[in-house]
Amino acid sequence: MKTVEEIKAAIEAAVPGAGVEIVPNPSPSGQHSLLLKTETALAVAMFLRDDAELALDFLSNATGVDWLDKEVTEKVKVTKPVTKTVEGVEQTVEETVEETRKHLQPGYLEAVYHLFSVEKKHGPVVFRMRTGNRSDQVQLPSMTPVWRGAEFQEREIFDLFGIVFTGHPDLRRILMWDEFKDFPMRRDYVEPDDFDYEPTAHDEVLKRAEAHQAAECVAEPAGEGAGQ
Amino acid sequence: MSVLETKARPEGWNRPPIIEPEGDGELLEIAMGPHHPSTHGVFRMDLALDGERVVKLKPVFGYLHRNHEKLGEGHSYLASMPYTDRLDYICSLTNNWAYALAVEKLAGQEVPERAEYLRVILAELTRVQNHASAIGFLLQEMGASGTPLMYAFREREKILDLFEGLTGSRMMCNYMRFGGCRVDASDEWLNATRKVVGALPKFVDEFENFLQTNEILMARSQGVGVLKAELAVNTGVTGPMLRATGVNYDIRKVDHYGIYDRFKFRVPLGAHGDIFDRYMIRMLEIRESLSILEQALKEIPGGPVMDPKAKIRNFRPKPGEAYGRIEAPKGELGFYLISDGGPNPYRYRVRPPSLINLTLLEDMCLGHNVADVVLIFGSVDIVLGEVDR
Repeated sequence: MKTVEEIKAAIEAAVPGAGVEIVPNPSPSGQHSLLLKTETALAVAMFLRDDAELALDFLSNATGVDWLDKEVTEKVKVTKPVTKTVEGVEQTVEETVEETRKHLQPGYLEAVYHLFSVEKKHGPVVFRMRTGNRSDQVQLPSMTPVWRGAEFQEREIFDLFGIVFTGHPDLRRILMWDEFKDFPMRRDYVEPDDFDYEPTAHDEVLKRAEAHQAAECVAEPAGEGAGQ
Repeated sequence: MSVLETKARPEGWNRPPIIEPEGDGELLEIAMGPHHPSTHGVFRMDLALDGERVVKLKPVFGYLHRNHEKLGEGHSYLASMPYTDRLDYICSLTNNWAYALAVEKLAGQEVPERAEYLRVILAELTRVQNHASAIGFLLQEMGASGTPLMYAFREREKILDLFEGLTGSRMMCNYMRFGGCRVDASDEWLNATRKVVGALPKFVDEFENFLQTNEILMARSQGVGVLKAELAVNTGVTGPMLRATGVNYDIRKVDHYGIYDRFKFRVPLGAHGDIFDRYMIRMLEIRESLSILEQALKEIPGGPVMDPKAKIRNFRPKPGEAYGRIEAPKGELGFYLISDGGPNPYRYRVRPPSLINLTLLEDMCLGHNVADVVLIFGSVDIVLGEVDR
């Protein structure tokens, strides 16, 4: 089985301008992954499936990951002119100062695919694609035309993460109901208080019960409140 | 060389065929389920029928959805272990193993030899009882009301008693840990297991004897729900359903996870990919599992069942990700975990074999009678706890 670097080289030889990056995986599992550009992803996927040596004909797992906006703090050494008074004379000296800079790394949604080969019995080859941001640029190319195994799994990613797969033949919610609005697997998802709320004839009774439970119990003088 | 050789395929070859209704009658649209006795739980199929013939089928999921994956992100690694029991509640021990395997890959954890043997023994017992009850349910749906199912359940009960003796629970076993197993098996338990395993071939013979040449079984299952090898691989169908199409792919043989390379066993293969082949593969896999069990019970060594270096409290794997998979009775069960160095997984994903095997339900059912839909669905062998998660 080829290493990730070799696969990357093979892809770049076969698909011009593929622009594949390797995402290293520091865990002992050693399953490094390939980051594909959305424009060329479909061509690369076709290559991975149909290449005689790789023959990755089996898409096992497709899933989404949500990466939130991250505030990154880094220390940078900056050289800048500083005005100093040395021996009564004002001078401008270049000095190296350490500065802490903060910048916002925009979040994104990610789709991760695990491929195996039934023919050659090897794997996994992991590849991922990233969306532009988490709000309006959430389109990724669908892998369903290449591997039908992605059909329900991409529907699930769409349902739970909100990634829109272009080219998917039947992109609907799969686990949540059609009227559902939010994307529950996102990291910043907040559960509503009551999913199933529907107004009923007993709303007033429920309100009275709530008020009753919220109010403090006051001991009434004996004889007055009883029996009324 | 193999059935998978043809590469030149027209566009859209892996989409379900379009069936034109005969005549100009109106199509009957029915919702089969969610409370239909043959759907093994709460599952709905929206069918369009032309007379009795199915011309459209759309599965509807989610009635049992509880966002298992979100729950996994909110708990520590170990706290998710009991939840995995509830995925495929017929086979809790293989779920445990798949999850433990993925976490062990993520953290680089070793497993002692005795624990590996115990895992194999429990996984194969699970496979035997799952396949026996799957066949029982299939026959039940064919109209053999009760009897074959009760035969299967009689044997399943003996295996569940063994599970109870070792883990304390019949179905929700919660037995495996990262780096071993929770408790050691006593000699009495092993002897009891040998006794049960020794008696099982007789049951399989008897079961097979009753069913194999049964005319109703043959008439209703042969040539029904045919699945082609090429499409099955492209769709990621795994387990007995894939092997019934003639594709030799068993993760026990491919990945050699655990200690499966030590045992001699064969991978039974079908040829037609119809319901009968699926039934047959399950029957033969029971026999192969029994042979693995015999070997494992003979060879099981002494020693600890838990790696002494395993960290139980304050378990925080280094940042990274891992995908671990096993051959569960229903197909490839995988867990994909991303760690950010914290006590909870950043991402916890279950690759459910039941859901992905259902992708082809429509393709298999189109053009058949509605009564066959029940059988085709039953032959996929799903558990809704895993489909909907």
